[in-house]
Amino acid sequence: MVNFLDLIWLIPLFPLAGAVTMLLAGRRLDPQPPSEVALAPGVAAASGGNGHGDAHGHHPAAPGRFLISLIGPGTVLLSLLFSAGAVIQLAGLPEKVHEVVKYTWIPAFFFHPAGGGGARLAADFGFLLDPLSAVMILVVTVVGFLIHVYSIGYMGHEGGYYRFFGYMNLFVFFMLTLVLANNYLLLFVGWEGVGLSSYLLIGFYFHKKSAGDAGKKAFVVNRIGDAGFIMGMLLMLATFGTVRFVDVNAALAGREPETGFGVLSAIALLLFIGATGKSAQIPLFTWLPDAMEGPTPVSALIHAATMVTAGVYMVARSSALFALTPQTSFLVAAVGAATAILAASIALVQNDIKRVLAYSTVSQLGYMFLAAGVGAYWVAIFHLYTHAFFKALLFLGAGSVIHALGGEQDIRRMGGLKDKIPVTYRTMWIASLAIAGIPPLAGFFSKDEILWQTWSSPLGSKALWAVGVVTAFMTAFYMWRLMFLTFHGRPRLSEEASRHVHESPPVMTVPLVALAAGSVAAGWIGMPKIWTWFGEGFRLFEHWLAPVFAAATAHWHAHAEAHHDVSIEWALMILSVVIAAAGIALARHLYLVRPDAPEAIRQRAAPVYNVLYNKWYVDEIYDFLFVNGLAKGGGSLLSRFDAAVVDGGVNGTGWLTRFTSTLSVWWDTWVVDGSVRLIAFTVKMFSYPARLLQTGYLQSYALVILVGVAVALGYYLMR
Amino acid sequence: MNPVNWILALPAAGFLAVLLWPGRAETARALALAVSLVVFVLSLGLIPGVWGAGASWSHVTDLPWIESPAIRYHVAVDGLSLWLVLLTTLLTPICVLISWRYIDRRVKEFYALLLLLETGLVGVFVALDLFLFYVFWEVSLVPMYFLIGVWGHERRIYAAVKFFLFTMAGSVLMLGGIIYLYNRSGTFDYSILLEQINSGALMLTPLEQRLLFLAFFISFAIKVPLFPLHTWLPDAHVEAPSAGSVMLASVMLKMGTYGLVRYSLPLFPNAARQSADWIVTLAIIGIIYGALVSMVQPNMKKLVAYSSVSHLGFVVLGIFTFTQLGLDGAVYQMLNHGVSTGALFILVGYLYERRHSLETAAYGGIATPAPWLATVFLITSLASVGLPMLNNFVGEFLVLQGAAQVNFRWTVLAATGVVLSACYMLWLYQKAFLGATPEPVREHVYDLRPREWAGILPLIVLMVWMGTLTRTFFPPISAASAQILEQTKVNAEFLVSRPAAPPLVAGVMPDAR
Repeated sequence: MVNFLDLIWLIPLFPLAGAVTMLLAGRRLDPQPPSEVALAPGVAAASGGNGHGDAHGHHPAAPGRFLISLIGPGTVLLSLLFSAGAVIQLAGLPEKVHEVVKYTWIPAFFFHPAGGGGARLAADFGFLLDPLSAVMILVVTVVGFLIHVYSIGYMGHEGGYYRFFGYMNLFVFFMLTLVLANNYLLLFVGWEGVGLSSYLLIGFYFHKKSAGDAGKKAFVVNRIGDAGFIMGMLLMLATFGTVRFVDVNAALAGREPETGFGVLSAIALLLFIGATGKSAQIPLFTWLPDAMEGPTPVSALIHAATMVTAGVYMVARSSALFALTPQTSFLVAAVGAATAILAASIALVQNDIKRVLAYSTVSQLGYMFLAAGVGAYWVAIFHLYTHAFFKALLFLGAGSVIHALGGEQDIRRMGGLKDKIPVTYRTMWIASLAIAGIPPLAGFFSKDEILWQTWSSPLGSKALWAVGVVTAFMTAFYMWRLMFLTFHGRPRLSEEASRHVHESPPVMTVPLVALAAGSVAAGWIGMPKIWTWFGEGFRLFEHWLAPVFAAATAHWHAHAEAHHDVSIEWALMILSVVIAAAGIALARHLYLVRPDAPEAIRQRAAPVYNVLYNKWYVDEIYDFLFVNGLAKGGGSLLSRFDAAVVDGGVNGTGWLTRFTSTLSVWWDTWVVDGSVRLIAFTVKMFSYPARLLQTGYLQSYALVILVGVAVALGYYLMR
Repeated sequence: MNPVNWILALPAAGFLAVLLWPGRAETARALALAVSLVVFVLSLGLIPGVWGAGASWSHVTDLPWIESPAIRYHVAVDGLSLWLVLLTTLLTPICVLISWRYIDRRVKEFYALLLLLETGLVGVFVALDLFLFYVFWEVSLVPMYFLIGVWGHERRIYAAVKFFLFTMAGSVLMLGGIIYLYNRSGTFDYSILLEQINSGALMLTPLEQRLLFLAFFISFAIKVPLFPLHTWLPDAHVEAPSAGSVMLASVMLKMGTYGLVRYSLPLFPNAARQSADWIVTLAIIGIIYGALVSMVQPNMKKLVAYSSVSHLGFVVLGIFTFTQLGLDGAVYQMLNHGVSTGALFILVGYLYERRHSLETAAYGGIATPAPWLATVFLITSLASVGLPMLNNFVGEFLVLQGAAQVNFRWTVLAATGVVLSACYMLWLYQKAFLGATPEPVREHVYDLRPREWAGILPLIVLMVWMGTLTRTFFPPISAASAQILEQTKVNAEFLVSRPAAPPLVAGVMPDAR
């Protein structure tokens, strides 16, 4: 029997091996004609003449390409198998914690943390498998594997096939490192690594300027969050002297929740700033919708199911810390709720199928933070887990639609597709019900639990609950608006798209069906407490995670239990289902029954519509303040300052030196030299008469002598 | 015989040999490559000795040079100088390689001066006699002056003169300081000076210490360069040939930071500690200022030059935290900057060889005709930005951690550099390498050739190595910096107590220095 628990370090390494192989040897395996490198799906279809659908059978599948299709998903499957093995063995352990340290990354330095005593900063490549990371690695590898398989079909006609799978495998490596790390520093390695992979994949179609812009924006915005994360780690190190989860939790044990905003709150806040970047929360959410420039499987895996949930994971991982900081926790909940409703409001009016889903993702992540903020950490992870299925499915379904239409993404130019692409339609139908929160699908259980916890937790409030309910209504509405516009009603396809429509090949539809099964059944292990007739087996999820969050919930749990009111919980549950149904019904009424109504509403409420359609102008405001103002404006200003003042001082000194030397030359010439010459001149002047005597002419001397003799003689003679 | 002497003598001999070589210029070039490679291999032999020596000196040679004043040829290596020497000896053959086609006139003289530069730079790092140190300091200045002035671009004379005057202005002050120290102590020898300070035989008054510190500090700060003494750097970089920029950024700037660690801290501990606040302020200004100015530079070399101002700010910050982590991080960051910024200048030089322009706007979409060049450039940029698993992250993290122990506000301010560096590097990468490929780029830009691979690959390997296997490098560095930190604690009776900075948030007490 293989001891998978000791091999957990291999789980991330399989995809790394795949990535290295493909990125180094990919060009050999799958030679790229330079002109065909990386074209967008639509462009590829257009330039191919007969487009996507007909190309299926004819595309020459090079053997190298086949190998890439094998390595890409294959390495993730290996990780999946090893994860499954390890998790099964973990379940058998009494402690349910297993740590493997491979080697020390940054060696030990002795220093003095503020808490007193000495400490050693030692950053290890150490891996931790506990119930929380077990959930995460299963989500990442299962969803990741399905999306890799789907990509074989979706990316089949694209240039840069090797590059795509290389980056995707690289992403899975970093994501698994992130969730398996046993300390914050290694978590941060994964954290930055998934950001890098995301940057590379958003900019996959690097010929397009918009893709490059979006990638850069994602990286830079994330970097702002990362600075917060780094500072959080530094403050944590300076306070506790360690970044290892187990040690930090040990240092926190026995502390009482902070009453004011102390150092723990500061650490938690800084970490949360990191989370707002990675998980696209206010104020750093603007990069995620733009990230849709990447290929659709990327949006499904990275920008919906896994990477963007890293912030939620990190907060849950730090639950012992956040539970001690009510102020920061409240902020987490408030930011989550605000993001949820803001993003949902934007999603109401967007027309790009992927952007609707992107805002939906932002909104759902907001729910997760809401749950984490009110202290319901297991619920946050529960929603993360159910969301991974139905949101990945929605994105892959959207990809299937885009694929079928040869690159069309605007839902105004779709419609009536349900019979033409039936598998896509049916699976997306399930996912849309799930996200809307209709029982007994997965989304219902997690969302209902979030709303209930927000209502009942001592850290929650009725106001936050109300925001959550309104968001739930919006969610049901925008999802079903999307469904009705895409699949129902009159077809509004372009000429070319309608000729092109076809159901996707099995390699794409099978993952859809698998994810649909997950979207139905994933929630059944987290049923509400009041559904007593099902037994505790159906509440497995909470029990499984309980040891991880035991320390965190200890502070608030007793209080919550005392206020547990069964009838209120039932009432709220029924209310949330009614709200969801109402959202769906309204969407049906507006987009199916009276298709001219939305336009009328849009005209009557133009200001509101414009604000929503333009995403509350957040991008414009940020561009004005930060991109053009602070960064570019500040940069140009300082650049001119550098040239004029700092270097001006240097050149000024140079000028001054030259000026003084010119001055000294003048002084030298006219004063120093001048006085010398004046003296010379004076001497010359006075010597002039004397010089007259010395002419050098013999006859003058003779004359002088003659005159002298004559004068002398005359003198004597006259006497 | 002591390999240090060989490492000093061989390039100097090579300088003469290449200069006087009667044959063709190409042979002189090959000779320069051979000499520099031999020197590199010899320098690898220093590693075991330094590892074994711990915090003490290894590979010592101490011979009398001039009777009166007593100047000695005293050289040795420790954990602080070891990697800097290796960086120099590694980059010299790389510079020969990257100049292979770049330099097409006065070829012999170019390579001769490159070798002379190597002697000067290595000498600066191994000299333990202050006068000898000064001699090497000046020796390194001359070849660089010519490299910029002869083989540079249009405004090369202006840049070369500016470089020369700036450095000279500083070194004159330092010379004054060295002579004053000699008059007070009767020796130029570094070890003897330290002994005198430790035993109390040499007691400088606070004023003396402060003035001497200032004299050395200004000289070093110009070299680093520390804001606001940095303006010679962008000009020198833009005008210098590729190899000149590489040596300048990777090694010459480290003369300044090395001097701070080796001389300013141990010789004038109290003055150094008292000045820490305003020096750190300048360093943090430099971090933010350099990054912001980088962001708007249309010239690639200028962009990288200003980014150096920002990165070196981290080094100075780390040094003046007076913490083990900060100092270790600073020394590591010197090497990191040498590797990644050196690589950036090499790559910009490769681009210049193809398209004959340093303006970012002249490029675009290079990733299509030259995917490997793009990949290598991206890895280098990411290293420079401080992505974990690549070298810069380790150094920056340690420096920030050192700062966090002293004053968390420093950390907060310096961390903005982390964000800004991503902005300008990715901006550069996007503008030059992504997007549509204009016709001239498609026509002229080809992918890396074997000789170019040989020039860049060692540095790429180092970036990954130094980012992941840090234990290869740290033990000697830590030993040396612990020693220096210990040395800064002597003479404490002169230390004027400073009011501690109020903590940013309750509970974070600034650590006692």
